[in-house]
Amino acid sequence: MRNITTMVQRELGAYFLSPIAYAVSAVFLFATGLAFALGTFRNGAEASLRSLIEFWIVVILVFVLPMLTMRLISEELRSGTIETLMTVPITEVEVVLGKFFGALVFYLILLATLLVYPIVLSIFGPVDAMLLVCNYIGLLLLGALYISVGLFFSAFTKHQIISVLLSFALLALMTFAAHGLAQTVDGWPKAVLQHLSVRTHFFDFVRGMVDMNHVVFFLTTTALFLFLTVKRVEMRRWQ
Amino acid sequence: MIRVKNLTKRYGPVLAVDDITFDVEQGGVVGFLGPNGAGKTTAMRILTCYQPATSGSASIRGFDVFKQSLEVRRCVGYLPETAPLYPEMRVREYLHFRGKLRGMSYPERTKAIRHVSDRCWLGGFIDRPIGQLSKGMKQRVGLADAIMHSPEVLILDEPTLGLDPTQIRETRNLIKELGANHTVLLSSHILHEIEQTCYRTIIIAAGRIVASGSPEELRNQLSAQARVIAEMRGPPEEVEKSARSLDGVRNVEVSSSDGWVRLAIEPKPEHDVREDIFRLTSSKGWSLRELRREGATLEDFFVQVTAQQQDTQTR
Repeated sequence: MRNITTMVQRELGAYFLSPIAYAVSAVFLFATGLAFALGTFRNGAEASLRSLIEFWIVVILVFVLPMLTMRLISEELRSGTIETLMTVPITEVEVVLGKFFGALVFYLILLATLLVYPIVLSIFGPVDAMLLVCNYIGLLLLGALYISVGLFFSAFTKHQIISVLLSFALLALMTFAAHGLAQTVDGWPKAVLQHLSVRTHFFDFVRGMVDMNHVVFFLTTTALFLFLTVKRVEMRRWQ
Repeated sequence: MIRVKNLTKRYGPVLAVDDITFDVEQGGVVGFLGPNGAGKTTAMRILTCYQPATSGSASIRGFDVFKQSLEVRRCVGYLPETAPLYPEMRVREYLHFRGKLRGMSYPERTKAIRHVSDRCWLGGFIDRPIGQLSKGMKQRVGLADAIMHSPEVLILDEPTLGLDPTQIRETRNLIKELGANHTVLLSSHILHEIEQTCYRTIIIAAGRIVASGSPEELRNQLSAQARVIAEMRGPPEEVEKSARSLDGVRNVEVSSSDGWVRLAIEPKPEHDVREDIFRLTSSKGWSLRELRREGATLEDFFVQVTAQQQDTQTR
């Protein structure tokens, strides 16, 4: 536990010292701001964040989060610091969890900046606080899943570019293609694809419902990718 | 302290470490010497639990490196060959981070950092980002990190790589000092360094231990086979004949100039023929102007054993 906290602190420190994290945050803020300004903040539109949360944020996160996670492990592999790291008394699980929570905390900071939009909207109409809480729970779970996928691919290769591209591909597939493909088939394949579709699970949070089924989906999938990451880091020793 | 038994490591078809066995007692500096690619780094990585061995076993302080990896890592300080560090961190911050991972409390870390900063001369750049440091400075930061928790066993992979001559000398002195309280296993491909710092040397080539012992022992092992050079004034044929008839002479090369006969004698193992040569010349009344054993440095030995090893490998 102590080691995890130490790793989280180090990863957060690395984010705040890294130009990439600032660039990525800028892209995130710009893109969400653009989506808000063009999609929501206009005359006659509903004073709701629905279109922003339902679609735009998901698209933005598919691109932004892999850029935050790409260096987490691959940089250690490339620069050889994995050797100094794995020769102190720390387990692979602690390393992976430390990096995961480090990225998650940074993501929460990004999410917090989005609070400016409901504040702006509250000037023009009432904002449903419970709905907002549901949205944030959904975004937290979604982000955790995306980070675990990005972390897995980061442990996969020492090339950050490969890691980020593989993460884009899988996240886009899970988030958008599964949903689209589900429309083209019937019967049980439809059910399976719909179950795998991240957006389907995310919808209820957008609408203001916290369904345990969806919570379990996000938590188990995140845990699965974290487990695969630990296995991947352990495998490195045998190569 | 360090016990290695029949250790073997394969990378696919490549045999990096081939059935090595050795023990290192507590205290003192032991050198791991070998040409590049001999398997030194691989052996050290196995000892520090970074990589598992293909077969065989290794233990440090009685803890098995594979089964009790965390215990081993607790009592070992390791400096990898390239001294990898996080470039965005400052030196002090980095050492705090490493100390925390080793379970040191804040006061312990502060004290240890002050101590290693003195010993490894980090004073001038302890608050600078690591990315801005030179190779030699980084090497010292890596060394400071390896010794800051005062581990019982120190494993240093080429600790003087990239340092300038003054720093090399200082680092060697530091390692010698550390040898008083710690067990140090040091690798190098520079003979001179090993000769100066280590009380015992293990020579490794192509993944095998080809010789081990103190520098003197290795030198004796070599000088036993060194040629003896003798120059005397006498009739060449007779000189050659009587030299060949000496007990303990295996082969003689003769050359002569200006009436001086020069013999290059290859002795049989465990024979010192110098005294016999002296007796021979004095009994025959030939004047002797040179009698010496050819230079026997650890370097010759090293070249010799590693060449032999490579011969058997290619065959």
